[in-house]
Amino acid sequence: MNPVLPFLEIEASSAPRVEVRFDGAPLLLPLGANLAAALLAAGIERFRNTPVSGAPRAPFCMMGACFDCLVEIDGVQRQACMIEVAEGLQITRPGSPEVRHVAS
Amino acid sequence: MSHRDLVIVGAGPAGMAAATEAANAGLSVTLLDEQPRAGGQIYRDVDHVPDHRAALLGPDYTAGRDLTVALRSSPVEHVTGAVVWSIEPGFCLSYSRDGRGAQLTADRVLLATGALERPMPLPGWTLPGVMTAGAGQILLKQSGVLARSAVLVGAGPLLYLIAVQMLRAGQPPLALVETQTGRNRRAALRHLGGALRGWPYMAKGLRMLAELKRGGVPRYIGAQDIRIEGDTRAEVLCFSHRGRIRRLACETVFLHHGVVPNTQAARALGVAHHWSTQQQCFVPTLDYWGRSDVPGVFVAGDGAGIGGAKAAALSGRLAALAIACDAARLTPDERDQRARPLRSARAREQAPRPFLDTAYPPCAQALSPRDETLVCRCEEVTAGTVRAHARAGCLGPNQTKAFGRVGMGPCQGRYCGLTVTALLAEATGQTPDQTGYYRIRPPLKPVTLGELASLKTPPATGEN
Amino acid sequence: MDSDYAIIGGGIVGLAVAWGLLRRGLTVTVLDGDDGSFRASRGNFGLVWVQSKGMKQPRYARWSQSSARLWAEFAAELEQNTGNAVPLEQNGGYDLHFSEDTLQATVEKYEILKAELDGDYPYDVLGHNALRKEEPHIGPKVVGAILHHQDGHANPLKLLLALARDVRRRGGRVLTGKTVTEVTQPDGFELACADGTRVRAAKVVLAAGLGAARLGRQMGFKAPIRPQRGQVLITEKLPKLINRPSLIARQVDEGGIQIGATNEEVGHDDGVTQSGLSGLAAEAIAAYPALARAQLVRSWGALRVLSPDGLPIYQRSAEMPGASLVTCHSGITLAAAHAMLLPDWLEGTAAAPDLEVFSESRFAVS
Repeated sequence: MNPVLPFLEIEASSAPRVEVRFDGAPLLLPLGANLAAALLAAGIERFRNTPVSGAPRAPFCMMGACFDCLVEIDGVQRQACMIEVAEGLQITRPGSPEVRHVAS
Repeated sequence: MSHRDLVIVGAGPAGMAAATEAANAGLSVTLLDEQPRAGGQIYRDVDHVPDHRAALLGPDYTAGRDLTVALRSSPVEHVTGAVVWSIEPGFCLSYSRDGRGAQLTADRVLLATGALERPMPLPGWTLPGVMTAGAGQILLKQSGVLARSAVLVGAGPLLYLIAVQMLRAGQPPLALVETQTGRNRRAALRHLGGALRGWPYMAKGLRMLAELKRGGVPRYIGAQDIRIEGDTRAEVLCFSHRGRIRRLACETVFLHHGVVPNTQAARALGVAHHWSTQQQCFVPTLDYWGRSDVPGVFVAGDGAGIGGAKAAALSGRLAALAIACDAARLTPDERDQRARPLRSARAREQAPRPFLDTAYPPCAQALSPRDETLVCRCEEVTAGTVRAHARAGCLGPNQTKAFGRVGMGPCQGRYCGLTVTALLAEATGQTPDQTGYYRIRPPLKPVTLGELASLKTPPATGEN
Repeated sequence: MDSDYAIIGGGIVGLAVAWGLLRRGLTVTVLDGDDGSFRASRGNFGLVWVQSKGMKQPRYARWSQSSARLWAEFAAELEQNTGNAVPLEQNGGYDLHFSEDTLQATVEKYEILKAELDGDYPYDVLGHNALRKEEPHIGPKVVGAILHHQDGHANPLKLLLALARDVRRRGGRVLTGKTVTEVTQPDGFELACADGTRVRAAKVVLAAGLGAARLGRQMGFKAPIRPQRGQVLITEKLPKLINRPSLIARQVDEGGIQIGATNEEVGHDDGVTQSGLSGLAAEAIAAYPALARAQLVRSWGALRVLSPDGLPIYQRSAEMPGASLVTCHSGITLAAAHAMLLPDWLEGTAAAPDLEVFSESRFAVS
């Protein structure tokens, strides 16, 4: 466990870890875990950049109300806090200059 | 399309209790909820947590299992992962599940959509690392994820609860930075007599404060001029306390100054709302059963006015009794007889509210943010811009929305609506009721055009 | 007398007229409604549009063309005065077709109109492949489009903001939260509001949108206008997907794709319906299949202000000399004309445009 990460998991998850990709980088996350929580625990600090100013954002409410944890999965922007970790998720950061959303 | 006597939106304490009560009274009931498992935010994943975490969260949390167990053994159809985006009069509910559109019709609708954190616009509140205290609790309950280096900022008992839980988990918060003042506490004393009718709750609060003191968690009471600093994430919490500027290095900031009813669905249905001076927010206008002015629409739980989980469950049952009576499954006598103990229990649960609302008022700085503070997180609109729109003639939030996009983003005003009403009321000298609120329209949550288009053909029936 | 003109209505039409009058040195009081008033000004589609207008009345096509030509100058002046940009693109717009038959039938009608306009009707017919070069995301069901070079689109909300600010900056008196209940002409005009406010002015312009139906009759107008609902959708902000606007969809300057609009005769109901939204979404996806994955963020219903033939009404009152009715359903397209040409008509100068075809005499007495 990396001691410098802002978040830690208080108990070892019994769920098997599966590989997902976040902006191309592989991550091992607990299967069925809340995606936003799992990304935070994995040390992801910036989930997206806003379409207005490009400001970085990360989960704020964790209950599906604020839309700050939006990530892009299969070309659709979705709330990470409303998704469960599944094997092989391809996640990208909306607003990343290198990503061409929808038009892909 | 399936038809039900009653559809309930939200599987927190109010929704679960109402669904169980109504189904046991013989109504066909579907309970739609966004989460994968029942519980709402307060009992999030209560059936799913490992024992160690359950012990940490305490008996008030695991008490939610009574509701989930009762729900499972009732004939309620509980549709999980269902994001309701439209409720049309009549009623037809459209919802999204696994990326597919579905619909359901019902004679009556009970909204049990719970609460949202009161928006707390402070400089830097949009930085990564800044979250609501409720988010911190959800991370802990659902995922066992805890912040290592956190400051809790704001006012209210939830801050103490989360601080105690962090302490018990071996990761105490760096500090509690509290915005209520000694004057607030003295003003609250006149409500103490009434509050003591709900004495177990009050006693719990005192025990938590004692535990925090023993644990050595510093408390800064009466903090002002709060600011979160950082370039790409929260790094420092800056505030003034007793005339001194303090800077606390931290990685996570949890904000909280109370919760407010989530009124989006009720407003979209045209339910009348009014301003509650005590709770400093809009609440739907209801009778004591939770019946709104829109025929067939009921609201229960914190979405009807903040009362906490136990009061919410009782409100849910009361609404279910009224609905069962309206649907001729109970006589008025049966309804009233069953309601009597519930109503007195609810009154006991609500007894501490006036004390708490007075002792822990919303943070003044966040109710009237300085001009440069962002108030609309989605469209990145500042308080100063909203004030300028007021000077350009906007009397209400729908005009400022048109003038400057405030409230137009995906959160649809959930985290700016009350702030914008307050800023406009302040600028025009009107009351919050005169100023009004955003007109809420479908979609209640964003939905893909593909899903929307799929409902053009004869719609799919509800799954499960 | 409070001012030379009282303008009843603080939407795009009323503010554009007020702005034009102020610019000529006249004094103006604008009476605007409240936060909940029906406001086509904040619900419209934002096109600055020429094609398909005036198929039966070439004067309307010309009037729209003259406004479209003035729009860039109008927007630039507003921006210069207020610092608020009014985004405008006039690079042409499409009428998209899903069938060769409708495309051909439309072209035939355009040819007739073009002849009546002495050839001033610049458009091209694009087949699917030509269209795809212009719009890479166009779907296979679109057989072609008419690209009209005088069409474009603007940000109507930024226009509203800039007008509201510039009218005030120019010294216009804007009273908000007012419902005018009675207009009398004792000596000059006196306007009584529901809250007891009284405003006196030498002349009155009735530009109250749907509100003109009620007030108009008091003032000697027929004011035969009715509401027609249009439902509109807007998506999350997206990278560039659509280059030119069409009647089906346009990409607004902030990035969202705006999709519209229904035409529904439902009285004063400005709600949205699932069936309305689904129908619009399906049509937009047929035009631009990539939109299937875009999230709908907001939708709204707004009420068009329609006359029986859909054309504007510009009418001087015979009963109350000095009162004029100005109403239209294309307030965005016509905003520049209302701001820059209509003041001459209101003032009766030699430069006044000939608007006789838009008078109420075209409507039979009911």
